[in-house]
Amino acid sequence: MVRYVQEFHDAAAARGLTAAIERITSRSVNLMEVCGTHTVAIFRHGIRQLLPPPLSMLSGPGCPVCVTTNADIDKAIALAEQPGVTLATFGDMMKVPGSYQSLQQVKADGSDVRVVYSPRDAVCMARDNPQRPVIFFAVGFETTVPTIAASLLEAEALGLKNFYLISVHKLIPPAMRALLEAGEVSIDGFICPGHVSVVIGSQPYKFIPQQYGVPCVITGFEPLDVLQGIEMLLRQIADGRAEVEIQYRRGVRPEGNPLARELVSRVFEETDAGWRGLGRIPSSGLKLRPEYKRFDAEETFAINPPPTKEHEGCLCGDILRGVKTPPDCPLFAGACTPESPVGPCMVSSEGTCAGWYQYGSR
Amino acid sequence: MCLAIPARVVQINEQSLGLVELGGVVREASFMLLPDALVGDYVLLHAGYALQKVDEAEAEETLRLLAEMAEAGRAEA
Repeated sequence: MVRYVQEFHDAAAARGLTAAIERITSRSVNLMEVCGTHTVAIFRHGIRQLLPPPLSMLSGPGCPVCVTTNADIDKAIALAEQPGVTLATFGDMMKVPGSYQSLQQVKADGSDVRVVYSPRDAVCMARDNPQRPVIFFAVGFETTVPTIAASLLEAEALGLKNFYLISVHKLIPPAMRALLEAGEVSIDGFICPGHVSVVIGSQPYKFIPQQYGVPCVITGFEPLDVLQGIEMLLRQIADGRAEVEIQYRRGVRPEGNPLARELVSRVFEETDAGWRGLGRIPSSGLKLRPEYKRFDAEETFAINPPPTKEHEGCLCGDILRGVKTPPDCPLFAGACTPESPVGPCMVSSEGTCAGWYQYGSR
Repeated sequence: MCLAIPARVVQINEQSLGLVELGGVVREASFMLLPDALVGDYVLLHAGYALQKVDEAEAEETLRLLAEMAEAGRAEA
Protein backbone atom coordinates (compact mmCIF):
# COMPACT_ATOMS: atom_id res chain seq x y z
CA MET A 1 0.00 0.00 0.00
CA VAL A 2 1.35 3.40 -0.96
CA ARG A 3 0.79 5.72 1.96
CA TYR A 4 -1.20 8.92 1.34
CA VAL A 5 -2.56 7.50 -1.93
CA GLN A 6 -4.89 4.52 -1.34
CA GLU A 7 -6.59 6.17 1.66
CA PHE A 8 -7.90 8.79 -0.76
CA HIS A 9 -9.61 6.21 -3.00
CA ASP A 10 -12.36 4.98 -0.62
CA ALA A 11 -15.62 4.24 -2.45
CA ALA A 12 -17.97 4.95 0.49
CA ALA A 13 -16.41 8.39 1.03
CA ALA A 14 -16.75 9.05 -2.71
CA ARG A 15 -20.47 8.18 -2.47
CA GLY A 16 -20.85 10.50 0.53
CA LEU A 17 -19.10 13.36 -1.25
CA THR A 18 -21.09 12.80 -4.46
CA ALA A 19 -24.33 12.92 -2.47
CA ALA A 20 -23.18 16.16 -0.79
CA ILE A 21 -22.31 17.60 -4.21
CA GLU A 22 -25.74 16.69 -5.54
CA ARG A 23 -27.45 18.32 -2.56
CA ILE A 24 -25.71 21.68 -3.02
CA THR A 25 -25.79 21.90 -6.82
CA SER A 26 -28.87 24.00 -7.40
CA ARG A 27 -28.04 25.76 -10.64
CA SER A 28 -25.79 25.34 -13.63
CA VAL A 29 -22.15 25.75 -12.57
CA ASN A 30 -18.92 25.71 -14.59
CA LEU A 31 -15.82 24.66 -12.70
CA MET A 32 -12.45 24.84 -14.40
CA GLU A 33 -9.38 22.78 -13.59
CA VAL A 34 -6.22 24.46 -14.85
CA CYS A 35 -3.82 21.58 -14.29
CA GLY A 36 -3.31 18.70 -16.69
CA THR A 37 -2.71 16.34 -13.79
CA HIS A 38 -6.24 17.18 -12.60
CA THR A 39 -7.62 16.69 -16.12
CA VAL A 40 -6.20 13.16 -16.16
CA ALA A 41 -7.31 12.40 -12.58
CA ILE A 42 -10.87 13.51 -13.35
CA PHE A 43 -11.02 11.28 -16.45
CA ARG A 44 -9.21 8.30 -14.99
CA HIS A 45 -11.42 8.09 -11.94
CA GLY A 46 -14.66 8.66 -13.85
CA ILE A 47 -15.44 11.79 -11.83
CA ARG A 48 -17.35 13.51 -14.65
CA GLN A 49 -19.87 10.65 -14.64
CA LEU A 50 -20.42 11.03 -10.88
CA LEU A 51 -21.39 14.69 -11.07
CA PRO A 52 -24.97 15.94 -11.45
CA PRO A 53 -25.74 17.38 -14.93
CA PRO A 54 -25.94 21.09 -13.96
CA LEU A 55 -22.28 20.84 -12.99
CA SER A 56 -19.80 21.15 -15.89
CA MET A 57 -16.09 20.54 -15.66
CA LEU A 58 -13.99 22.63 -18.03
CA SER A 59 -10.33 21.92 -18.76
CA GLY A 60 -8.09 24.95 -18.91
CA PRO A 61 -4.58 25.54 -20.21
CA GLY A 62 -2.87 23.40 -17.59
CA CYS A 63 -0.44 21.22 -19.42
CA PRO A 64 3.00 22.74 -19.99
CA VAL A 65 3.54 20.49 -23.00
CA CYS A 66 0.28 21.61 -24.62
CA VAL A 67 0.80 25.34 -24.15
CA THR A 68 4.33 25.32 -25.58
CA THR A 69 4.12 27.10 -28.92
CA ASN A 70 5.24 25.66 -32.23
CA ALA A 71 7.87 28.44 -32.37
CA ASP A 72 9.46 27.20 -29.11
CA ILE A 73 9.39 23.56 -30.25
CA ASP A 74 10.94 24.59 -33.58
CA LYS A 75 13.72 26.34 -31.66
CA ALA A 76 14.43 23.21 -29.61
CA ILE A 77 14.52 21.15 -32.79
CA ALA A 78 16.93 23.59 -34.43
CA LEU A 79 19.19 23.33 -31.37
CA ALA A 80 18.98 19.52 -31.36
CA GLU A 81 20.12 19.55 -34.98
CA GLN A 82 23.34 21.42 -34.16
CA PRO A 83 26.25 19.05 -34.79
CA GLY A 84 27.82 17.47 -31.72
CA VAL A 85 25.19 18.49 -29.15
CA THR A 86 22.90 16.50 -26.91
CA LEU A 87 19.41 17.81 -26.25
CA ALA A 88 17.69 16.44 -23.16
CA THR A 89 14.07 16.94 -22.15
CA PHE A 90 11.11 15.36 -20.33
CA GLY A 91 9.50 12.41 -22.12
CA ASP A 92 6.23 14.19 -22.83
CA MET A 93 7.97 16.66 -25.16
CA MET A 94 9.29 14.04 -27.58
CA LYS A 95 6.20 13.48 -29.72
CA VAL A 96 4.82 17.02 -29.72
CA PRO A 97 4.70 18.23 -33.30
CA GLY A 98 6.37 21.55 -34.00
CA SER A 99 5.63 23.32 -37.27
CA TYR A 100 7.23 20.58 -39.36
CA GLN A 101 8.48 17.76 -37.14
CA SER A 102 8.85 16.53 -33.57
CA LEU A 103 11.92 15.89 -31.43
CA GLN A 104 11.24 12.18 -31.86
CA GLN A 105 11.53 12.57 -35.62
CA VAL A 106 14.82 14.48 -35.44
CA LYS A 107 16.12 11.82 -33.06
CA ALA A 108 15.20 9.16 -35.62
CA ASP A 109 17.08 11.23 -38.19
CA GLY A 110 20.23 11.01 -36.10
CA SER A 111 20.19 13.92 -33.64
CA ASP A 112 21.13 13.05 -30.07
CA VAL A 113 17.89 13.69 -28.17
CA ARG A 114 17.56 12.11 -24.72
CA VAL A 115 14.65 11.72 -22.35
CA VAL A 116 15.42 12.40 -18.70
CA TYR A 117 13.34 11.93 -15.57
CA SER A 118 15.02 14.79 -13.72
CA PRO A 119 16.89 17.89 -14.90
CA ARG A 120 19.69 16.64 -12.61
CA ASP A 121 20.13 13.73 -15.03
CA ALA A 122 20.96 16.26 -17.76
CA VAL A 123 23.51 17.95 -15.46
CA CYS A 124 25.12 14.54 -14.79
CA MET A 125 25.19 13.91 -18.56
CA ALA A 126 27.08 17.20 -19.02
CA ARG A 127 29.45 16.36 -16.15
CA ASP A 128 30.24 12.93 -17.62
CA ASN A 129 30.73 14.26 -21.19
CA PRO A 130 32.68 17.51 -20.72
CA GLN A 131 33.44 17.82 -24.44
CA ARG A 132 29.80 17.69 -25.45
CA PRO A 133 27.32 20.53 -25.04
CA VAL A 134 24.18 19.30 -23.24
CA ILE A 135 21.10 21.46 -23.74
CA PHE A 136 18.11 20.95 -21.45
CA PHE A 137 14.77 21.91 -23.04
CA ALA A 138 13.11 23.18 -19.88
CA VAL A 139 9.33 23.14 -19.88
CA GLY A 140 7.12 23.27 -16.85
CA PHE A 141 5.04 25.32 -14.47
CA GLU A 142 5.94 26.53 -10.99
CA THR A 143 6.14 22.90 -9.74
CA THR A 144 9.00 22.06 -12.07
CA VAL A 145 10.88 25.38 -12.25
CA PRO A 146 12.58 25.00 -8.82
CA THR A 147 14.01 21.63 -9.89
CA ILE A 148 15.50 23.30 -12.94
CA ALA A 149 16.85 26.26 -10.97
CA ALA A 150 18.42 23.81 -8.50
CA SER A 151 19.97 21.78 -11.34
CA LEU A 152 21.43 24.89 -12.91
CA LEU A 153 22.92 25.99 -9.60
CA GLU A 154 24.39 22.51 -9.27
CA ALA A 155 25.90 22.79 -12.76
CA GLU A 156 27.37 26.15 -11.74
CA ALA A 157 28.79 24.70 -8.51
CA LEU A 158 30.36 21.86 -10.52
CA GLY A 159 31.97 24.47 -12.80
CA LEU A 160 30.36 22.95 -15.90
CA LYS A 161 30.94 24.90 -19.10
CA ASN A 162 28.86 22.63 -21.35
CA PHE A 163 25.37 22.77 -19.76
CA TYR A 164 22.71 24.99 -21.33
CA LEU A 165 18.99 25.66 -21.00
CA ILE A 166 16.14 26.63 -23.27
CA SER A 167 13.68 28.09 -20.78
CA VAL A 168 10.06 27.98 -21.91
CA HIS A 169 8.64 27.93 -18.39
CA LYS A 170 5.16 29.26 -17.81
CA LEU A 171 3.44 30.70 -14.75
CA ILE A 172 -0.13 29.68 -13.93
CA PRO A 173 -1.73 32.71 -12.17
CA PRO A 174 -1.14 35.09 -15.14
CA ALA A 175 -2.82 32.54 -17.45
CA MET A 176 -5.82 32.37 -15.10
CA ARG A 177 -6.04 36.16 -15.23
CA ALA A 178 -5.86 36.07 -19.04
CA LEU A 179 -8.74 33.56 -19.16
CA LEU A 180 -10.88 35.71 -16.85
CA GLU A 181 -10.03 38.88 -18.78
CA ALA A 182 -10.91 37.26 -22.12
CA GLY A 183 -14.33 36.38 -20.68
CA GLU A 184 -14.98 33.80 -23.41
CA VAL A 185 -16.15 31.17 -20.96
CA SER A 186 -18.06 31.70 -17.77
CA ILE A 187 -16.09 30.25 -14.87
CA ASP A 188 -17.83 29.90 -11.50
CA GLY A 189 -14.91 28.34 -9.66
CA PHE A 190 -11.31 27.25 -10.13
CA ILE A 191 -9.83 23.94 -9.02
CA CYS A 192 -6.34 25.32 -8.42
CA PRO A 193 -3.32 23.11 -9.08
CA GLY A 194 -2.10 21.29 -5.97
CA HIS A 195 1.53 20.82 -6.88
CA VAL A 196 2.06 24.28 -8.38
CA SER A 197 0.71 25.52 -5.03
CA VAL A 198 3.13 23.35 -3.04
CA VAL A 199 5.69 25.85 -4.34
CA ILE A 200 3.75 29.13 -4.63
CA GLY A 201 1.27 28.74 -1.75
CA SER A 202 -2.17 30.36 -1.76
CA GLN A 203 -1.30 34.08 -1.95
CA PRO A 204 -0.79 34.32 -5.77
CA TYR A 205 -4.44 33.31 -6.42
CA LYS A 206 -5.97 35.94 -4.12
CA PHE A 207 -6.65 38.39 -6.96
CA ILE A 208 -9.11 35.88 -8.44
CA PRO A 209 -11.74 36.06 -5.66
CA GLN A 210 -10.86 39.68 -4.86
CA GLN A 211 -11.00 41.16 -8.38
CA TYR A 212 -13.20 38.66 -10.23
CA GLY A 213 -15.35 37.22 -7.43
CA VAL A 214 -14.47 33.67 -8.46
CA PRO A 215 -13.92 31.06 -5.71
CA CYS A 216 -10.70 29.00 -5.73
CA VAL A 217 -9.87 25.71 -4.01
CA ILE A 218 -6.32 24.34 -4.13
CA THR A 219 -6.93 20.66 -4.66
CA GLY A 220 -4.99 17.38 -4.51
CA PHE A 221 -4.99 14.68 -7.17
CA GLU A 222 -6.47 11.53 -5.67
CA PRO A 223 -10.16 10.95 -6.47
CA LEU A 224 -11.39 11.93 -3.00
CA ASP A 225 -9.26 15.07 -3.11
CA VAL A 226 -10.90 16.12 -6.37
CA LEU A 227 -14.43 15.37 -5.12
CA GLN A 228 -13.78 17.23 -1.87
CA GLY A 229 -12.31 20.18 -3.81
CA ILE A 230 -15.46 20.31 -5.96
CA GLU A 231 -17.66 20.10 -2.86
CA MET A 232 -15.73 22.99 -1.22
CA LEU A 233 -16.13 25.14 -4.35
CA LEU A 234 -19.87 24.45 -4.47
CA ARG A 235 -20.14 25.32 -0.79
CA GLN A 236 -18.44 28.68 -1.41
CA ILE A 237 -20.84 29.33 -4.31
CA ALA A 238 -23.89 28.34 -2.22
CA ASP A 239 -22.73 30.59 0.68
CA GLY A 240 -22.02 33.50 -1.67
CA ARG A 241 -18.34 33.47 -0.64
CA ALA A 242 -15.32 33.85 -2.90
CA GLU A 243 -11.96 33.03 -1.35
CA VAL A 244 -8.89 30.84 -1.78
CA GLU A 245 -9.25 27.65 0.26
CA ILE A 246 -6.86 24.72 0.51
CA GLN A 247 -8.28 21.21 0.24
CA TYR A 248 -4.81 19.65 -0.29
CA ARG A 249 -3.62 20.59 3.19
CA ARG A 250 -1.25 17.65 3.60
CA GLY A 251 0.92 19.06 0.77
CA VAL A 252 0.21 22.78 0.51
CA ARG A 253 1.17 25.38 3.13
CA PRO A 254 -0.27 28.88 2.65
CA GLU A 255 3.29 30.18 2.24
CA GLY A 256 4.31 27.45 -0.23
CA ASN A 257 8.01 26.53 -0.30
CA PRO A 258 9.89 29.84 0.13
CA LEU A 259 13.33 28.29 -0.42
CA ALA A 260 12.22 26.82 -3.77
CA ARG A 261 10.94 30.25 -4.83
CA GLU A 262 14.16 31.91 -3.67
CA LEU A 263 16.26 29.59 -5.85
CA VAL A 264 13.94 30.28 -8.80
CA SER A 265 14.28 34.03 -8.44
CA ARG A 266 18.05 33.75 -8.04
CA VAL A 267 18.27 32.20 -11.50
CA PHE A 268 15.21 33.42 -13.42
CA GLU A 269 13.28 36.63 -13.94
CA GLU A 270 9.77 37.13 -15.28
CA THR A 271 9.24 37.80 -18.94
CA ASP A 272 6.30 37.90 -21.34
CA ALA A 273 5.63 34.50 -22.86
CA GLY A 274 3.71 33.07 -25.79
CA TRP A 275 1.10 30.43 -24.93
CA ARG A 276 -0.59 28.20 -27.46
CA GLY A 277 -4.22 29.28 -27.58
CA LEU A 278 -3.81 32.24 -25.25
CA GLY A 279 -1.23 34.25 -27.17
CA ARG A 280 1.31 36.47 -25.45
CA ILE A 281 0.66 36.97 -21.74
CA PRO A 282 2.59 39.64 -19.80
CA SER A 283 4.97 38.34 -17.09
CA SER A 284 3.85 34.75 -17.58
CA GLY A 285 7.21 33.22 -18.45
CA LEU A 286 10.69 32.99 -16.99
CA LYS A 287 14.05 33.74 -18.59
CA LEU A 288 17.55 33.41 -17.20
CA ARG A 289 18.84 36.46 -15.35
CA PRO A 290 21.73 38.30 -17.06
CA GLU A 291 24.26 36.78 -14.64
CA TYR A 292 23.23 33.31 -15.84
CA LYS A 293 23.19 34.15 -19.55
CA ARG A 294 26.14 31.86 -20.23
CA PHE A 295 23.77 28.94 -19.60
CA ASP A 296 21.30 30.23 -22.22
CA ALA A 297 21.36 27.92 -25.27
CA GLU A 298 19.86 30.57 -27.52
CA GLU A 299 22.65 33.02 -26.64
CA THR A 300 25.32 30.42 -27.29
CA PHE A 301 24.23 28.65 -30.48
CA ALA A 302 23.31 30.52 -33.64
CA ILE A 303 20.12 28.91 -34.88
CA ASN A 304 17.77 29.84 -37.63
CA PRO A 305 14.51 27.93 -37.21
CA PRO A 306 12.14 27.89 -40.19
CA PRO A 307 9.07 30.16 -40.14
CA THR A 308 6.43 28.67 -37.88
CA LYS A 309 3.09 27.41 -39.10
CA GLU A 310 -0.01 26.16 -37.34
CA HIS A 311 -1.71 22.84 -38.04
CA GLU A 312 -4.75 23.35 -40.20
CA GLY A 313 -8.05 22.49 -38.57
CA CYS A 314 -6.48 21.85 -35.15
CA LEU A 315 -8.56 23.33 -32.32
CA CYS A 316 -5.98 22.86 -29.51
CA GLY A 317 -5.91 26.63 -28.95
CA ASP A 318 -9.67 26.84 -28.33
CA ILE A 319 -9.59 23.66 -26.22
CA LEU A 320 -6.86 25.12 -24.01
CA ARG A 321 -9.08 28.14 -23.31
CA GLY A 322 -12.06 25.91 -22.45
CA VAL A 323 -14.02 27.44 -25.35
CA LYS A 324 -14.30 24.13 -27.25
CA THR A 325 -14.21 20.48 -26.20
CA PRO A 326 -12.31 17.82 -28.15
CA PRO A 327 -15.40 16.34 -29.90
CA ASP A 328 -15.94 19.82 -31.44
CA CYS A 329 -12.67 19.39 -33.37
CA PRO A 330 -13.02 17.93 -36.87
CA LEU A 331 -9.69 16.13 -36.48
CA PHE A 332 -10.48 14.51 -33.11
CA ALA A 333 -10.28 10.69 -33.12
CA GLY A 334 -10.05 10.71 -36.93
CA ALA A 335 -7.01 12.48 -38.37
CA CYS A 336 -5.73 13.12 -34.83
CA THR A 337 -5.20 10.18 -32.45
CA PRO A 338 -2.57 9.42 -29.79
CA GLU A 339 -0.78 7.17 -32.32
CA SER A 340 -0.73 9.89 -34.94
CA PRO A 341 -1.30 13.22 -33.19
CA VAL A 342 -1.79 16.53 -34.98
CA GLY A 343 -2.03 18.80 -31.96
CA PRO A 344 -0.25 18.75 -28.59
CA CYS A 345 -3.44 18.16 -26.57
CA MET A 346 -3.57 14.68 -28.13
CA VAL A 347 0.14 13.98 -27.59
CA SER A 348 0.63 14.84 -23.97
CA SER A 349 -0.46 12.21 -21.48
CA GLU A 350 -2.10 15.13 -19.65
CA GLY A 351 -3.67 16.68 -22.73
CA THR A 352 -7.42 17.26 -22.76
CA CYS A 353 -7.84 15.51 -26.11
CA ALA A 354 -5.81 12.49 -24.96
CA GLY A 355 -8.05 12.29 -21.85
CA TRP A 356 -11.26 12.42 -23.89
CA TYR A 357 -9.85 9.91 -26.36
CA GLN A 358 -8.80 7.42 -23.73
CA TYR A 359 -11.60 7.75 -21.18
CA GLY A 360 -14.40 9.78 -22.71
CA SER A 361 -17.09 9.14 -25.26
CA ARG A 362 -16.00 9.56 -28.90
CA MET B 1 3.65 17.00 -15.80
CA CYS B 2 3.00 18.39 -12.34
CA LEU B 3 2.80 14.95 -10.79
CA ALA B 4 4.44 14.66 -7.38
CA ILE B 5 4.39 11.39 -5.50
CA PRO B 6 4.56 10.77 -1.73
CA ALA B 7 7.84 8.98 -1.00
CA ARG B 8 9.47 7.94 2.28
CA VAL B 9 12.94 9.30 3.00
CA VAL B 10 15.41 6.46 3.55
CA GLN B 11 18.74 8.27 3.62
CA ILE B 12 20.14 11.80 3.25
CA ASN B 13 23.83 12.63 2.85
CA GLU B 14 25.62 15.92 3.39
CA GLN B 15 25.42 16.88 -0.30
CA SER B 16 21.61 17.15 -0.09
CA LEU B 17 21.30 13.88 -1.97
CA GLY B 18 19.61 10.81 -0.63
CA LEU B 19 17.34 7.86 -1.21
CA VAL B 20 13.57 7.67 -1.08
CA GLU B 21 11.24 4.69 -1.24
CA LEU B 22 8.09 4.73 -3.35
CA GLY B 23 5.88 1.65 -3.16
CA GLY B 24 8.87 -0.64 -2.65
CA VAL B 25 11.16 1.05 -5.19
CA VAL B 26 14.19 2.93 -3.85
CA ARG B 27 15.61 5.76 -5.92
CA GLU B 28 17.91 8.75 -5.62
CA ALA B 29 16.46 12.15 -4.76
CA SER B 30 17.79 15.63 -4.17
CA PHE B 31 16.87 17.50 -0.98
CA MET B 32 18.24 20.81 -2.18
CA LEU B 33 14.73 22.33 -2.11
CA LEU B 34 13.79 20.74 1.24
CA PRO B 35 16.88 20.75 3.46
CA ASP B 36 14.94 20.12 6.69
CA ALA B 37 13.60 16.73 5.55
CA LEU B 38 14.49 13.87 7.91
CA VAL B 39 14.83 10.14 7.42
CA GLY B 40 11.37 8.60 7.88
CA ASP B 41 9.49 11.70 6.64
CA TYR B 42 7.13 11.39 3.71
CA VAL B 43 7.94 13.96 1.03
CA LEU B 44 6.35 14.94 -2.28
CA LEU B 45 8.83 13.93 -4.97
CA HIS B 46 8.81 15.70 -8.34
CA ALA B 47 11.39 15.26 -11.12
CA GLY B 48 13.92 13.82 -8.69
CA TYR B 49 13.55 16.57 -6.06
CA ALA B 50 11.74 16.54 -2.72
CA LEU B 51 9.44 19.57 -2.89
CA GLN B 52 7.62 19.49 0.45
CA LYS B 53 7.01 17.31 3.50
CA VAL B 54 3.65 15.59 3.68
CA ASP B 55 2.00 17.06 6.78
CA GLU B 56 0.85 14.00 8.68
CA ALA B 57 -1.50 15.88 11.04
CA GLU B 58 -3.23 17.61 8.12
CA ALA B 59 -3.50 14.29 6.26
CA GLU B 60 -5.14 12.73 9.34
CA GLU B 61 -7.57 15.65 9.63
CA THR B 62 -8.57 15.34 5.95
CA LEU B 63 -9.00 11.57 6.39
CA ARG B 64 -11.19 12.19 9.46
CA LEU B 65 -13.50 14.42 7.38
CA LEU B 66 -13.52 11.83 4.61
CA ALA B 67 -14.40 9.10 7.12
CA GLU B 68 -17.48 11.16 8.06
CA MET B 69 -18.32 11.35 4.37
CA ALA B 70 -17.86 7.58 4.12
CA GLU B 71 -20.38 7.09 6.94
CA ALA B 72 -22.83 9.27 5.02
CA GLY B 73 -21.96 7.34 1.84
CA ARG B 74 -22.71 3.98 3.48
CA ALA B 75 -26.04 5.35 4.69
CA GLU B 76 -26.87 6.40 1.10
CA ALA B 77 -25.92 3.01 -0.37
